[in-house]
Amino acid sequence: MTKKTPELNRRGFIKATAAGALVTGAPTIFTSKAYGYANDPGSASSVTLGFNVPQSGPYADEGADELRAYELAVEHLNGGGDGGMLNTFSSKALSGAGILGKEVKYVTGDTQTKSDAARASARSMIEKDGAVMITGGSSSGVAVAVQALCQEVGIIFMAGLTHSNDTTGKDRKANGFRHFFNSYMSGAALAPVLGNAYGKDRKAYHLTADYNWGYTTEEAVTQATEAMGWETVNTVKTPLKETDFSSYIAPVLQSDADVLVLNHYGGNMVNSLTNAVQFGLRDKMVNGKQFEIVVPLYSRLMAKGAGANVKGIYGSTNWHWSLTDEGSKAFVKSFGEKYGFPPSQAAHTCYVQTLLYADACERAGSFDPCAVVEALEGFEFDGMGNGKTLYRAEDHQCFKDVLVVKGKENPDNEFDLLEVVEVTPVDQVMYEPNHPQMGGAEATLGSCNAG
Amino acid sequence: MEAIILQILDGLNKGSAYALIALGLTLIFGTLGVVNFAHGALFMIGAFCAVTISRVLSISQIVLDETRTDFLGKPLQVKVPYVDQWFGPEMGQLIVDWSVPISLLVTIPIMIIIGITMERGLIKHFYKRPHADQILVTFGLAIVLGEVIKYFYGANPVPTPAPSAFVGSLDVGVLIGLDPFTVVYPYWRLIYFGFAAIIITAVFAFLQFTTFGMVVRAGMQDRETVGLLGINIDRKFTIMFAIAACVAGVAGAMYAPINAPNYNMGMDFLVLSFVVVVVGGMGSLGGAVLSGFLLGILQSLASMTEVIDIAPGINQVIIYLVAIIVLLTRPRGLMGRRGVMED
Amino acid sequence: MLGLKFSDFALFMLVVLCVALAPILLNPFPASSELAQFNAGYPDLLQRFVIFGVFAVGFNILFGLTGYLSFGHAAFLGIGSYAAIWMMKLLTMNVIPAIILSVIVAGVFSLLVGYISLRRSGIYFSILTLAFAEMSYALAYSVLTPITGGETGLQPKLSDPRILDAELSAGESPAANLFGIGMRDSYIVNFGDWVFTFNAGYYIAGLFLLVAFYLSIRIFRSPFGTMLRAVKSNQNRMSYTGLNTKPYTLAAFVISGMYAGLAGGLLVAMDSQVGPERMFWTASGEVVLMTILGGAGTLIGPVLGAGAIKYMENILSKINETVLKGWFEFLPDAASEWVVLFLNMFTGKSWHLTLGLIFMLVVIFLPGGLVEGGQRIARLFGIGKKRNQTVESDSAASK
Repeated sequence: MTKKTPELNRRGFIKATAAGALVTGAPTIFTSKAYGYANDPGSASSVTLGFNVPQSGPYADEGADELRAYELAVEHLNGGGDGGMLNTFSSKALSGAGILGKEVKYVTGDTQTKSDAARASARSMIEKDGAVMITGGSSSGVAVAVQALCQEVGIIFMAGLTHSNDTTGKDRKANGFRHFFNSYMSGAALAPVLGNAYGKDRKAYHLTADYNWGYTTEEAVTQATEAMGWETVNTVKTPLKETDFSSYIAPVLQSDADVLVLNHYGGNMVNSLTNAVQFGLRDKMVNGKQFEIVVPLYSRLMAKGAGANVKGIYGSTNWHWSLTDEGSKAFVKSFGEKYGFPPSQAAHTCYVQTLLYADACERAGSFDPCAVVEALEGFEFDGMGNGKTLYRAEDHQCFKDVLVVKGKENPDNEFDLLEVVEVTPVDQVMYEPNHPQMGGAEATLGSCNAG
Repeated sequence: MEAIILQILDGLNKGSAYALIALGLTLIFGTLGVVNFAHGALFMIGAFCAVTISRVLSISQIVLDETRTDFLGKPLQVKVPYVDQWFGPEMGQLIVDWSVPISLLVTIPIMIIIGITMERGLIKHFYKRPHADQILVTFGLAIVLGEVIKYFYGANPVPTPAPSAFVGSLDVGVLIGLDPFTVVYPYWRLIYFGFAAIIITAVFAFLQFTTFGMVVRAGMQDRETVGLLGINIDRKFTIMFAIAACVAGVAGAMYAPINAPNYNMGMDFLVLSFVVVVVGGMGSLGGAVLSGFLLGILQSLASMTEVIDIAPGINQVIIYLVAIIVLLTRPRGLMGRRGVMED
Repeated sequence: MLGLKFSDFALFMLVVLCVALAPILLNPFPASSELAQFNAGYPDLLQRFVIFGVFAVGFNILFGLTGYLSFGHAAFLGIGSYAAIWMMKLLTMNVIPAIILSVIVAGVFSLLVGYISLRRSGIYFSILTLAFAEMSYALAYSVLTPITGGETGLQPKLSDPRILDAELSAGESPAANLFGIGMRDSYIVNFGDWVFTFNAGYYIAGLFLLVAFYLSIRIFRSPFGTMLRAVKSNQNRMSYTGLNTKPYTLAAFVISGMYAGLAGGLLVAMDSQVGPERMFWTASGEVVLMTILGGAGTLIGPVLGAGAIKYMENILSKINETVLKGWFEFLPDAASEWVVLFLNMFTGKSWHLTLGLIFMLVVIFLPGGLVEGGQRIARLFGIGKKRNQTVESDSAASK
């Protein structure tokens, strides 16, 4: 972002407040704790948001879609376009005149899906561009790292796509908020649907990506399915950098399992699913039952890479463009008309997070992180595509309906890969803030930091 | 027992890709003395040749279907591939279906052109430069090639299915007298193994039985002397580079149906293929192939649950562990020659 | 002066000056101008410049002097970082114990790795070091999750013991400090339209760079350094004279490993978090590229290389399409569209392309790296002959 308006950042503010010193040419001295809160835009005419998304590496396409959603959100906040979800959002605080009357500007950075690079890029937005809020990301490692940074420096973090329980579980932070759903919710929503479709006496074999997200997803899915009567035959960890899963798929053939659960995301998921289908698992009969494959977390963008292999395979997703509620329709329309294709779930969550932040500032009447935290905690809203949603105060996690989806057998077009099988009501995926999967009693938000 | 047979089979398949890449790398090391960090990128370009051909073959005429609508409520655009129109739907479908094997016909000339251009345009100026410079320039080239592919195809993997005749798997167990459904292996992976065996044999035969191969082998042993004999070794080396690029390219094209290619797959294979080459021993073609298959099999065996239970995380590090053990017990890898890249 | 001959002392003083004035030198554009995008004088990037400078200077002691190309130095950086963060979690948020421990732990680990790897030379050595680093990375990401935090890494938490620190008051979060001086504390000076940020953490890290750089000069000029260069030019001849070279190369390896550990400790001190990808092979490759890009075997080269790569990573990647459009608004619509489309191929999400192109261009046209570029410019203007010669003799000796 260029700095056409010097007032838009922290330094601009200092400049304004220290005008007297400027005149005489004497240096102004400032330490980070001297003022009310970090990067206060003060009397500037605009405010800067920091969009920190993967632009290189395996999630670059997902990052590009997030960025499109952010640009759309900024356009809508500033009164451009057709307003998108502003028209369907239950809170009417936003009027299309920016946030608190200030024009919304933004800067972008590349997380490279590495926590170091993500923090460097977030710090540059905070220190150099004076961003009041950081948002984005496409992996839990990055989300946890940037969330911790934002907590330290006193900036609000609105997580992008992050599905691990840890983000709002054991690593939750007062300055961080997540709209996306999590592993626990995936397990809780999937289990009943799987039970109905495949029966309650199945034997499951898990292949799990060998890192935190994989662990939490495996835990969530095994617990939810075992509670229903399934047996877990085996759980095998696969290396993150693995590209060929054949040697992990092969033993599945020799086990007596009749369901394969792939706790993989992104490129891992594409490859493991492709490999599993190559081995003819889906044509196999075990214990007199048809062998089935389950993918707990679907991403439509990535599912495209698996081609026809996703057909008929169950999974869960945060949101899908084929939903027919007013909010989703409005968002798909403005996104589709601007870019020519429907938005992904990553785009949706990022768009909604930006609007939620803007709305919270508007209702709080300030950009002060602590006021924003207060406005978001316990906030209930509707019209954003997932039905009635609650931002729970105890862990800053959104609670909303979860979609169980299935790979579509006869897609109408290249975007029509998934069909919504069931909308699992929010009560079914609710859990206690100190649930053992969420870090237990030790997990704490701490208190908000205003910098 | 069946489990072990299956993993060895799988290791041979994995090893095929390693061996093909390592073979090309060793040809370049051995003949030109150049550390080529862009070799993984050549593999990736080969895979994207397959992607491109399958896209070209399915270039479609867009027809609006008024009866159906797309996600914005506009008339749906239905795509009809031109090959369907030209050859009739049946033949057209068949051509699209067989796009990966067909793409080999195009991949070979493309890779030869890329190989010659690379060698004449860039690599030849680096014969006399330190290895560090070679690494920097070829690594830079690998980044550039990857970014160019990303610019056109995006970062997500692009599905490139095998011909439907080869979808599904073969019950290998029955063939060797085991119970049915114990050792089952996908057709395309078996084909890949056979394909790799053919390519490897062809390269060896070429070097062993042709005059050209003899000169190149002599050049690998002692470049200066061969040059003094009045043989234009440079020309021969250009051709060797093209062959190495070609081997990497076809290995990549045939690999596309196994795992959907993405722009970063070259980097994924790069480090691994260097380990394979070094374990095999610098400058030894046989060593490269041997260690490719060896590491493939060990990697497969290490991913068995029984093994992981005894040594957690072994599947993560097996390749590197083996590399360390081999290099400590055999100073120049399995079959390496004295004095090649030891300083 | 300081035990240095005049030319080295002059070079060292130049570096001292650069480090001291970097917040001003790297912020040449007024905050309100379009070109402010290119300013690099903000704390995070300044800190990274000096920290990766330390890393590259250390790597150069091994690679530049002995010619042993390690492809696993990021492991020492990573292990230093983990040691430092555990110090911060268990003992105190003061950075001194963290940095000391990171150097020690990295030193011990590099002794182990070096002892084994140095039994081989050439590319066999490179692959051995790579193997150790990749194993560290893979294990830190997966089975060692209880110690390393796995994918999500480690950060200081409110619930950590921190036995030496006083209890935090409500609402306060643990922040890295040096006897109370916060690493994030800054003095911001406005001068006309210019804004300069003088950050405490940066100057502490900068001090470490200066010490590291000074030691590196002393090593380069010492008999030990001469011995290492002799190893590079012909190890066999050295052995024939009956001299065992291994203790020398091992010493160089451990020293450069400790530099890497120091860099890792500093990274944690400035920004208290660690993730395993710090040890991935691309990170090891990065320091190799920094050193070669700047000029291997020269004193100042690695620092320049580190700066150049970090600058591109942090500045270039932020120039997105909207920024470009802003710059070329003055052009007619069609022209501006084309210019933006063209430049957008090299900036923002495509910054890696520029990085790759620069690697190629530098190594093709400036075989001695950026240092050679500097020398050519200096020669063009007929200045700096004296310093020139010494730098050249560095690179000559190291060939």
